[in-house]
Amino acid sequence: MLIEVKNLVKEYRNEDVITSVLRGLNFEIKKGEFVSIMGPSGSGKSTLMHILGLLDRPTSGVYKFDGRNTENLDDNELAMMRNEKIGFVFQAFNLLPRTNVLENVKLPLLYSKKKIDAETRAKKVLESVGLGHRLEYFTNQISGGEKQRVAIARALVNEPEIIFADEPTGNLDSKSGIQVMEIFQKLNDAGHTIILVTHETATAEYADRIIKIRDGEIVGDEKVHNKRRGDGNGQLK
Amino acid sequence: MINFVKQCAKASLASLLANKTRSFLTMLGIIIGVAAVIIIMSLGAGAQNLIISQIKSFGTNKIGILPGKADSNGPPASALGIVITSLKFEDAQALRNNPNIPHLSGVVAYDNSSETLNYQNASYTTSVQGASGDYFTVEGGDLADGRFFTDAEEQATAHVVVLGDTVKNELFGDSPAVGANIKIRNHIFQVIGVMKKRGTILVQNYDDMVIIPNQTMRKTVLGIDYLNFIRATVDNESNMAETVAEIKEVLRTRHAITDQSGSSDDFNVRNSADALALITTVTNALKFFLAAMAGLSLLVGGIGIMNIMLVAVNERTREIGLRKAVGASNANIILQFLIETIIITTLGGLIGIIVGALISFLASLIIKSLGYDWNFSISPSSVIMALGVSATIGLIFGIYPASKASRLEPVEALRYE
Repeated sequence: MLIEVKNLVKEYRNEDVITSVLRGLNFEIKKGEFVSIMGPSGSGKSTLMHILGLLDRPTSGVYKFDGRNTENLDDNELAMMRNEKIGFVFQAFNLLPRTNVLENVKLPLLYSKKKIDAETRAKKVLESVGLGHRLEYFTNQISGGEKQRVAIARALVNEPEIIFADEPTGNLDSKSGIQVMEIFQKLNDAGHTIILVTHETATAEYADRIIKIRDGEIVGDEKVHNKRRGDGNGQLK
Repeated sequence: MINFVKQCAKASLASLLANKTRSFLTMLGIIIGVAAVIIIMSLGAGAQNLIISQIKSFGTNKIGILPGKADSNGPPASALGIVITSLKFEDAQALRNNPNIPHLSGVVAYDNSSETLNYQNASYTTSVQGASGDYFTVEGGDLADGRFFTDAEEQATAHVVVLGDTVKNELFGDSPAVGANIKIRNHIFQVIGVMKKRGTILVQNYDDMVIIPNQTMRKTVLGIDYLNFIRATVDNESNMAETVAEIKEVLRTRHAITDQSGSSDDFNVRNSADALALITTVTNALKFFLAAMAGLSLLVGGIGIMNIMLVAVNERTREIGLRKAVGASNANIILQFLIETIIITTLGGLIGIIVGALISFLASLIIKSLGYDWNFSISPSSVIMALGVSATIGLIFGIYPASKASRLEPVEALRYE
């Protein structure tokens, strides 16, 4: 089991006022799954993704990642786990300004303890997302869809166990959005575990399984029967 | 690790170049501070060399014997207008060619006074020096015309005078002076020689003076029986301490002083080597004091940089969040911001050194054009010090912003708008 969550609670305390964001979640995600976490804004889906992605800690409950209880890991160990086992794709791309595409993708390798030829590896990953011709471009010189593909390449460069995508199509036009989702499906077909966070049913349906969240509680966890697929040209089949 | 530092350096250089105006303004404090330190060190070294070369041209083998008790820290008593009569012509004679003071190469006894000289209708006021002994050995210089007076003329209280170059020109113009008679206090003196033009060394103008035998000065002109001072030379600077001790011993014996501690002495012995050492110490202290004052502006520059870095940390919150999300540890973030600050201050330091050197060089050209013997110099130690101080300032003032950046929670940082 890659992800095991038991009674996961997250509360924010602000001068004696306690806000519950996640109220005792329980679920498991296996290696190789493509799961959407879906819910309206304020449902706690982003908070859940941050905890699952080891960017944040739960208030209580158990979170086992790759068989390891994450409760006792210190900041440095969490940073190392994020570096080696997790890749993130954000809605706003979060690319470094004034830096070219290749350097952006090399960034996680800068913090890696592994001995990898960063240049070769980053070029290979960029070619796999169809950006082999944009290596020297600066991030302000490419389109939104290309930016998100750079972000995906960056998430892949360290060969992570799992990729978290937080509203990856939120800032994209529909064609670019479909292209990005196609890449995720291709990666999943190749064996990557992917967790997609979104508020749109249409986007969520690219996955095999949807976990629905509302007000910090799971209100549904079901398989997708009519999985969406792109035709490879940014159109739906 | 090395790769990480290299990448950070590369990235921060790129961001410095991307914001040229802002980078320049950020560095300005450091640039001005370092330039000020370099200029002061350079001009200070130039001024120091000028003073020291003056003393060296005067000679570091000189000994001065003055009447009155030694107070090596204060000015000689005579400079305060106090007349002390304890030093006699016989003292100078006893020192001269004394087998107990083997390294004393020359002795001159002095009585000086400012007098008005008359020749026909011309008159000119100058320093009259009653100087007897080994004049050329001690003072140097050379005759342009005629001859110097002899020991025999000295003993005979002869009325003879050797003119300095300025005096000769004032009284005689282009016509020859040797053989003419001039008047000093209505005593007639025969001009027997004229000195070559020599200029001013330290405070003494060797051209604006005349020399007469000491005996004549004391007995005929001033009517006194004591010396103003004795000036002597040692054959080699390394024999200075030994010779000074021997002089003191001879004079104590002559003046019947049994106390060897020096506190009962009625004379004092000074030497130019000590003066040189003292002046070097004083000018060094002055130079470093001024440099330290200029260094204060580096502190102000450092605070300015800390301010800018705090703003930069704020601006780059999302970048920090992203770096943490892809695996940067707190130490990685600290190191990145420290490297950036150090690069800014060191680069500012480098520019400051260039600006400072340029200004010092221009200043040296101007000073040279005013006729001073001035050397432009930038010591490698001041350059290394300036760079070291700039880098250290980057380190010190970079730590706070860097640690602030590293303490950002990744989630908060990613969410920051």
